[in-house]
Amino acid sequence: MTAVQTATDTILEVNNLKTYIFTRAATVKAVDGISFDLKKGETLGIVGESGCGKTMTALSLLRLVPRPAGRIVEGEIVLNGEDILQKSEDEMRDVRGRQISMILQDPQTSLNPVFTIGNQLREALGIAHRENKSSMLGRAVDALRKVNVAAPERRLDDYPHQMSGGMKQRVVGAIAMSCEPGIIIADEPTTALDVTIQLQYLRLLKEIQAETGLAIIFITHDFGVVARMCDRVAVMYAGRIIEQGDVRDIFSRPAHPYTQALINSVPKLEERVDRLYSIEGQPPLLSNLPEGCRFAPRCPYASDRCLETYPTSIQIAEAHHADCWALHPDWDGMPIAEYVAPTGTTG
Amino acid sequence: MQRFIVLRILQGLLAVFVISLIVFALSRVAGDPLAAILDDEAGKEQIERLRQSWGLDKPLHVQYFTYMRRLLTGDLGVSFRWDRPVLELIAERLPATVQLSAFALVITGIIAFPIGVLSAVKKDSWFDASGKMFAILGQSAPTFAVGLILMWLFAVQLGWLPTSGRGGIKHMLLPGFALGYYNVAAIMRLTRSSMLDVLDTEYVKLARIKGIPEWKIVWKHCFRNALIGPLTYFSLIFAVLITGSVVIETVFAWPGLGLMVIEAINSKDHIVVQAVVMLFALLYVGINIVTDITYAYVDPRIRYG
Repeated sequence: MTAVQTATDTILEVNNLKTYIFTRAATVKAVDGISFDLKKGETLGIVGESGCGKTMTALSLLRLVPRPAGRIVEGEIVLNGEDILQKSEDEMRDVRGRQISMILQDPQTSLNPVFTIGNQLREALGIAHRENKSSMLGRAVDALRKVNVAAPERRLDDYPHQMSGGMKQRVVGAIAMSCEPGIIIADEPTTALDVTIQLQYLRLLKEIQAETGLAIIFITHDFGVVARMCDRVAVMYAGRIIEQGDVRDIFSRPAHPYTQALINSVPKLEERVDRLYSIEGQPPLLSNLPEGCRFAPRCPYASDRCLETYPTSIQIAEAHHADCWALHPDWDGMPIAEYVAPTGTTG
Repeated sequence: MQRFIVLRILQGLLAVFVISLIVFALSRVAGDPLAAILDDEAGKEQIERLRQSWGLDKPLHVQYFTYMRRLLTGDLGVSFRWDRPVLELIAERLPATVQLSAFALVITGIIAFPIGVLSAVKKDSWFDASGKMFAILGQSAPTFAVGLILMWLFAVQLGWLPTSGRGGIKHMLLPGFALGYYNVAAIMRLTRSSMLDVLDTEYVKLARIKGIPEWKIVWKHCFRNALIGPLTYFSLIFAVLITGSVVIETVFAWPGLGLMVIEAINSKDHIVVQAVVMLFALLYVGINIVTDITYAYVDPRIRYG
């Protein structure tokens, strides 16, 4: 994928993005050459194990990589036709909140404990709207109502510690959406919530998306959530996207051995098993990546070629790509077993 | 909030009661006050007369109630060194000490907070490094040494400022800085480290995501949260000012309570020492209450907790 302007409804295009963290001991390649795009109103899931670079990808999109250690070293992030990596820090402030925003993982810590909900909400609203106090108050009430907070007028004077986790996360959602951005990155927004509240929250996000045509990048390690929320999925492993495609495609015909293993390790309700399936070994250290395919050391199909050079991307179906030598036509090793979708996959 | 304040004041009164017991006990444990006042040649009859007139022949609890009743009516006794009512002496000396301490406090605030915040924002820069040096010096150098060095440099060598005594703002600069330096260093370090913690939080990340300008993130979102750490230190500041004033007032011949206490101690004037200790204790308790209330104002979680 090159920087040629694709269909006009593409709102975000990421090309060969590399974000490294430079520590005294080593260079951690948290994001190491990923590319994807996002269309208006679409939901893209980014799935992967902890520490595979999902959150660093999200922060890169906002250019909020922790400084001075972290730096975006290469690539393009084309948002609404402009490469935000070329922008100054001042220009970035107009991008954040207005064009792209983010919901953080833990609602308990993402609100400032010493200011009221109303104060924090009005501050966010104030970035796009400069109006008098009473109309700002009205906007804040509307914003809370939109995320289904009961009695929003009274809630404005509450401090974060007076609210429940689910409620706080809805407020964070309201703050993220306060300037009507085109894209929201949701970084595991339901991980810290209990299961029933999770479901409510996901439903709420879907509703808001349907109303506003918002594009969502959904970062998670939960395939169940992916199936419920996403149109497309990108699977990340050790700093790279190893497979991406339509959500149905990925679930019914996962091509990459890693994706197959990931989907297999989701426990199924219908089956009684003594041991849950798990992938042998550990992901490689991001500070010491193997030359070839990063999954090769754990992959049952790996050959010498896999260990030597990183596989080029190959198209499986329309808009379904995977980085794996075993999928290439000239592969002479053990062929990847035909994937049989287990009955009753989540979703 | 009102309940909280009332509760804190009641607790403060209890503390004052306990302190008064201790101060009273100490003055009795320190030995027979009469022995200190009268010389060896005093006759038995003379001692007995004085003992009766001062009520020292009565049981201890009766003495305590007498002492407290006098204290509450503002009768702190008469100093035998200066031969004047202690209350009058304190009223005369207190303004000088308050002036110097307030000046030291203002210096502390003006220097410590901005440097602390900037050190955190510009972590690991040359600014941060020199701030660190400045703080290490302040926390390790004894107050009297700082005072003497400053006096030698600015008053004796350069001749820019007067060496001692009380006068205009020029007279306050050296003792004020010497008195405040330790607190400047401590608060600077506290502010820096709590700012660093706050800058790393998720809510600051969210504020950045919202697109809020950096100065507003630092001074609105971070500073208030970062204040909670240094605020707990506020009551300690006061303790440092009290002990420091005793030293600094002596070094710079500043005519305040600290200097008076040293003079009283040297001449075994227990009545004055006792009164000043009681006053310092009262002030300390008062400052603690104010600190707690400020603390609750800054952090709503305490207010409603």
